[in-house]
Amino acid sequence: MPYEAWKDNEYIESLVKELQDNGTNVVVGTLDKLINWGRSNSIWPLTFATSCCGIEFVSLGAARYDMARFGWEVARSSPRQADFIMVAGTIVHRMAPVLRRLYDQLAEPKYVIACGACAVSGGPFKKSYHVVMGVDQIIPVDVYLPGCPPRPEAMIYSIMQLSRKIKVEKFFGGVNRQEKQQEFLKAHPMEGVED
Amino acid sequence: MFDFSILTEWIHSQLLQFMPEWLAVTTECVLIGVVLLLTYSVLALFYIWFERKVCAAFQCRLGPNRVGPFGLLQSVADMFKILIKELISLNHTDKFLFALAPYLVILASMLAFAVLPWGNGLQIINFNIGIFFLIAVSSIGVLGILLAGWSSNNKFTLIGAMRSGAQMVSYELSIGLSVLTMVAFAGTMNVVEIVEAQNNLWFIFSGHIPAIIAFIIYLIAGTAETNRGPFDLPEAESELTAGYHTEYSGIHFGFFYLAEYLNLFIVSGVATLLFFGGWMPLHFPGWDGFNAIMDYIPSVVWFIGKAIALSFIIIWFKWTFPRLRIDQMLALEWKYLLPINLFNLVLMVLIIVYGIHF
Amino acid sequence: MANIQESIAKLFPEATFEEGDILMVNIPDAKWHALAKELKENADLSFDFLVTIVGMDWTDNLGCVYYLTSTKNNAHLSVKVTAESRENPMMHSVSDLWKIAGIFEREVYDFFGIVFIGNPDMRRLFLSIDWSGHPLRKDYDENPELNPVTTDSERQSDFTDTYVETPDGKVEKKQVRVFDENDFVVNIGPQHPATHGVLRFRTAVDGETIKKIDVYMGYIHRGIEKICEKLTYPQTLHFMDRLDYFSAHPYHHCLCMTIEQAAGIEISRRAQVIRVLMDELSRIASHCLFIGTFCMDLGATTMLFYTLRVREQILDIMEKTCGARMTFNYECIGGVMQDLHPDFVKDVKALLEVLPKNIKEYNKIFTGNVIAKNRMEGVGTLSREDAINWSVTGPSGRASGWACDVRKTNPYSIYGELDFEQVVRTEGDAMARFKVRMSEMEQSAKIIEQLIDNIPDGEYCVKVPKVLKLPVGRWFRTVEGCRGTFGIYLESDGATSPYRLKIAPPCLPAASVVDLIARGSKIADLITIGGSLDYIIPDMDR
Repeated sequence: MPYEAWKDNEYIESLVKELQDNGTNVVVGTLDKLINWGRSNSIWPLTFATSCCGIEFVSLGAARYDMARFGWEVARSSPRQADFIMVAGTIVHRMAPVLRRLYDQLAEPKYVIACGACAVSGGPFKKSYHVVMGVDQIIPVDVYLPGCPPRPEAMIYSIMQLSRKIKVEKFFGGVNRQEKQQEFLKAHPMEGVED
Repeated sequence: MFDFSILTEWIHSQLLQFMPEWLAVTTECVLIGVVLLLTYSVLALFYIWFERKVCAAFQCRLGPNRVGPFGLLQSVADMFKILIKELISLNHTDKFLFALAPYLVILASMLAFAVLPWGNGLQIINFNIGIFFLIAVSSIGVLGILLAGWSSNNKFTLIGAMRSGAQMVSYELSIGLSVLTMVAFAGTMNVVEIVEAQNNLWFIFSGHIPAIIAFIIYLIAGTAETNRGPFDLPEAESELTAGYHTEYSGIHFGFFYLAEYLNLFIVSGVATLLFFGGWMPLHFPGWDGFNAIMDYIPSVVWFIGKAIALSFIIIWFKWTFPRLRIDQMLALEWKYLLPINLFNLVLMVLIIVYGIHF
Repeated sequence: MANIQESIAKLFPEATFEEGDILMVNIPDAKWHALAKELKENADLSFDFLVTIVGMDWTDNLGCVYYLTSTKNNAHLSVKVTAESRENPMMHSVSDLWKIAGIFEREVYDFFGIVFIGNPDMRRLFLSIDWSGHPLRKDYDENPELNPVTTDSERQSDFTDTYVETPDGKVEKKQVRVFDENDFVVNIGPQHPATHGVLRFRTAVDGETIKKIDVYMGYIHRGIEKICEKLTYPQTLHFMDRLDYFSAHPYHHCLCMTIEQAAGIEISRRAQVIRVLMDELSRIASHCLFIGTFCMDLGATTMLFYTLRVREQILDIMEKTCGARMTFNYECIGGVMQDLHPDFVKDVKALLEVLPKNIKEYNKIFTGNVIAKNRMEGVGTLSREDAINWSVTGPSGRASGWACDVRKTNPYSIYGELDFEQVVRTEGDAMARFKVRMSEMEQSAKIIEQLIDNIPDGEYCVKVPKVLKLPVGRWFRTVEGCRGTFGIYLESDGATSPYRLKIAPPCLPAASVVDLIARGSKIADLITIGGSLDYIIPDMDR
């Protein structure tokens, strides 16, 4: 996708600016670029779906939308080997600890896409007694994807956005998104899990 | 055909000019090690890409095509990422065995590389029990898988490892017997001599019926040995999440991932060696012009080309068949393949004794 | 009807009757178990199929409405039982008569706090042990601070409660272990590739052989029934899409029919035909996805891509008319939302042309495959009696030889005029369930073929008052969803929103029967069985 075609360049630019404020060393910068090239081009999802959005995620893998083109088709069932969770579907009270545990089981670097209205804010179940109103209450979210369910094209767009976000990250030094993530986890502690 | 031993002899003599013999051998070992590692990783990356493309073709999809031309760099990107991904250390596991397991698996497949006949004179080590060595080292892999499943302290990995143990031990028999059939036919266990013996005609043609039976059994057992579908029970995704390597992350998982594809190459490589003449071009007795043309294609291309063609068949299996159940899989081995194999061995011996082969 | 009433009145003089669509019997709790036994075992009545148990809160007392069907006489009956006290509500369990009642009663206990005496397993079904309050009671306190979102692991108990009545009339609480102390329990789910969502099986295994399964639900319980009580009737409709997202149209159809029946709205024939067309299209799409995911569970991933190809084609047709790929919200009270797209007939005909070829291809790749046969034949056999006893309806029930297709037994809409066959097989194993669905696709295509050239002209939606109020009363309608008998129980107190909207999903019984048919088979068979029963988790959890 050409740069101009993206709708939210200001956001990414401000993110880049924030990340690069301190300046970098040439060697480290090049290494960072190489690492980010690898990371942003190889985003493996965790096989995770709770409801309707999960079926659209299956469609995303099928022939018409074929996420394999971008190298995202290696869906791992074990959270240890996956790179991001696509929270596809409603998360309810009983599922919340499970989702948090899955997130904690992911190996760094790990990302989260809140996929669908339910995961973003509770969606049509806003009035429910048992639905978590947005997964950002329990895990840090990188990309929000609205829709009920989002179309597969939208899902492709959201993973591409995630890929852009990874591209401007820094592995060595500089402001790191992991620091933000640590802050989040400190604010939302979990029993029985150290650090 | 270009004989690579000319090149290797030349390197050896050059080295001897300015260093003692022991140092020269050591240098060569290091050199070979580096080359082997490179070949190993390049082959593995190629295979991962190849499988993803082939599977996409079977499923009416395109497969990776964004990263690099035709998506060729996709697996390179994957490897970069896996290399720097976090290695999660787990509580309540046997740390030493947990870390050892992936290295055992990768070691087994690397050792097997030592005796594969890559080309005319291009072989790391040539000794008289080559095939025997190959079977011996490839069995180390199962140890790694068992250890991985056991040390993870997880019920799924344990079930996966136990399945894998049962599977490998059973199918090793079939592999061994079908290899034995061909060794009986060739009359030697030396890899180079086996290849030379197929100068006129590949064994699959000259050995006709028993060779074809042995080949089919070898292909089935080989698929089972590499834990690939329809025999992918140890890592059956829909049953055991990721099977024995559920708890592995980062490069440790990468080793399992690579080893799976390398084992695929080794199994097809051995099949090539035993049935399709190793690096030997396609020769037919009497067709001198045809044979001469075939000789123009380098021997390395012959070997790798044949191995990839055979791997294609194994990949084809995986994306067509449903998975077997553990008891059905064991029944297939012990009730069908093993008796057929034993019978086939007798048949082969009779054919050799009475000379009814080409 | 009168016959049933007479024979019940003769045996139970204290029973009172309410006439209606379905005859309703009022019986005190003390006599309920005796009546239930009579209803089930009397050869003339033989009400062997328990459709659902509707828990009710009539503000001054709590109770249940039982919907029963006789598979022999095709008769329907409802029984209303009221618990004596509101503070400590207790009723007698009928789980010894209808096996499925065990799960239904757990659901009622979870939502209303009614304890069932004699039910062997009185745990909460959807909500956690520590959940405060029973959400579907009218006086439930919804303050989120009482039940906050937590990331701490849920408290688990190895024990379950059971209440037993002693001969002198006292009720005692007992604790029973769910699993033996030495059992090796493997946790399959909630995040597991083969559970089709977030279902959890606690599986006790002996080697690879399954000893016992404890089905653990509620990981996607969204409280739809409670939300519906706060919304107006048209607003409740869109939740039907999000229950079983593959058979959104039939579910919509059911709720629309119930409301239309209650409000006395007659819809045009054009709308009827459109609804049936959409139902059958979504049935094909649903079965396509079933075949794909089932084959993927068995390890044949490629099939998924072939079946999704047809599904995408159907979704295209839907999208043109309804404007969405999955959550259509197309049927509305009084008809359908929009008229058909001009391309509809052409697209459907194109689909009908490729469908037989595709079905042939699926059979060629998968059904005849020797490995597939070995994996499916004789696995998870469910007998006809068990299917009825556990209320396993839909294709899974029909694979066990139970002709339970609502489209045939109680034709609704225009199904009575259509020519199609009810696919019934007698083997009852996974292969039969697979084949029934395969043939049902052909039958659905047959229905569409009959209708596609005869879509009558007329209005697609009749005028309905902007603010819809239903008269006081209760209604119960069932339709044939893609996975079985789907029922809607609607009780109105005359307001603009339902007093109680109970959804009776087909997937809840299907998931609860897994324990019965998976025992003694291998872990791999559990995946086959789960896949072949084809349950949708949001549907059972609601």
